Amino acid sequence: MPEAHQIDIHHVAKLARLTLTDEEATRYESQLNGILTYIDTLTRYNLDGVEPTAHAMPVYDVLRADEPRPGFTQEQALSNAPKRFADQIQIPKVIE
Amino acid sequence: MLASSTIAALRKGLTAGEITPRDIVLDVAKSIEAGNAEIGAYLSWDVEAALAEADRADITKPLGGIPIAVKDNMNVTGQPCTCGSRILAENYTAPYDAGAIQKLRAGGAIPFGRLNMDEFAMGSSTENSALGITRNPRDLSRVPGGSSGGSAAAVAGDLAVAALGSDTGGSIRQPAALCGCVGIKPTYGRVSRYGLVAFASSLDQIGPLTKTVEDSALLLNHLCGYDAHDSTSLNVEVPDFTAALGRDIKGLRIGLPKEYYIDGIHPGVSASVQAAIRQLESLGAIIEEISLPHTELGVATYYVLAPAEASANLARFDGVRYGHRSSSAGDLLEQYTKSRSEGFGPEVKRRILLGTYMLSSGYYDAYYIRAQKARTLIRNDFTEAFKKVDVILSPTSPTPAHKLGELKDNPLAAYLEDVFTIPVNLAGLPGISLPCGTVEVEGKALPVGLQIVGKALDEATVLRVAHAYEQSR
Repeated sequence: MPEAHQIDIHHVAKLARLTLTDEEATRYESQLNGILTYIDTLTRYNLDGVEPTAHAMPVYDVLRADEPRPGFTQEQALSNAPKRFADQIQIPKVIE
Repeated sequence: MLASSTIAALRKGLTAGEITPRDIVLDVAKSIEAGNAEIGAYLSWDVEAALAEADRADITKPLGGIPIAVKDNMNVTGQPCTCGSRILAENYTAPYDAGAIQKLRAGGAIPFGRLNMDEFAMGSSTENSALGITRNPRDLSRVPGGSSGGSAAAVAGDLAVAALGSDTGGSIRQPAALCGCVGIKPTYGRVSRYGLVAFASSLDQIGPLTKTVEDSALLLNHLCGYDAHDSTSLNVEVPDFTAALGRDIKGLRIGLPKEYYIDGIHPGVSASVQAAIRQLESLGAIIEEISLPHTELGVATYYVLAPAEASANLARFDGVRYGHRSSSAGDLLEQYTKSRSEGFGPEVKRRILLGTYMLSSGYYDAYYIRAQKARTLIRNDFTEAFKKVDVILSPTSPTPAHKLGELKDNPLAAYLEDVFTIPVNLAGLPGISLPCGTVEVEGKALPVGLQIVGKALDEATVLRVAHAYEQSR
């Protein structure tokens, strides 16, 4: 039997780029541990040597000719940017 | 009321010159204005834009002048696309048409109205929408199902002629069952996912929700087809799905998975489905018991793959290019975390955390690869079963619609409700849900859905069986 799950919720939240309140952290930790225990159903079956399925209808090596084709205009691509400056997306300064 | 008509009936009216596309749009708009405050199926609808399209509509096209309501996770140029989330609610306007929308337009249809959904399609009740409550038109104290709850409620409540939904683990079929309309998830790869906001890319598929099986076939004719913008799109021929309708089902073999007919199914649901089985038998179908031995693995497999893929897909919501950007962030990292934490709701955060954990260093093989292997076993189960039978029959959902709020604090219990629909996504197969009676609960007749699953790319047989059953009732 697998051990009871003890997820480090703060570490996971950091990886996921989320900040959690203490209340959220407690709640998610307990809910996720419960869900992970249920997911342990998968360990009850021997899966050695089984080929993983990534897509039910596999399509391999989809290539197209490397030719110019119409795409978004600059205006379309920028149309939803929260902050724009000089036809570019503006973000907080990252280089001192 | 034209909003309560079928596409097929409206087409007759249009070609006979009895009605115009403008009449239809105005009537649907009137129905929305009268009923939406109560049902909450729509998040927004732009009557003027739809009327402008109606006036230009080419009624010689197969869907010419027919308004189709759209789940709020598909891009339609100039319209919102909130995904039921605060993170896209404020200031996102779609700059392009999704592949499925391009195809619908080519068939002459008018995308009209945006339908509520569980946030980023995560949920089975539409209660996870950050933008409003949708109620089941058959009993307003109950959920419409989800995640395409707005789509099902609009069609079943006659606020739309037909609608588009998306289905990752049952999100078209389950709400169709709970509201009492028809909903079909096509074979994975049949309909382009370009412009559908991604939840779990290896499972997501767009499909129609309609009042009749015939309307689903009509819409599928103009949704399916190859799209170079989607690398998982299948470059295969699209048949005329209406051609199979009306053919009898004598000698057709229908499989009942013994693993599905178990405890936990509501007795009323069970009785309705048993009656449907007898009905199909009386139409000449041969009923056989089959086995899908890895059924037990379905939900666990799904709740690894879907959150893992979602956590990667939703990484794009960082407040940089579109969507909510926190106004109180200092540096770039803080902009990411604050924008995401302010923008996403509880269920989305829960699944991002779960997926992130399972993809994190040291856990990838134990969860993601293991689940992909389990997926192979589930897919093989169906391959074996379809050597013996033509379609597989089950309830769509083990229970009728719950009360609003009933499963709110028990996510795992809610996940387990998807036991019959999830394996179909994992195997990439086509599946339809259609009404098969009602169950009386607290004085209300709650719809029951019958699920018919077919071989890959064999939507035609699924529709044929569904149509034969529907017409015999």
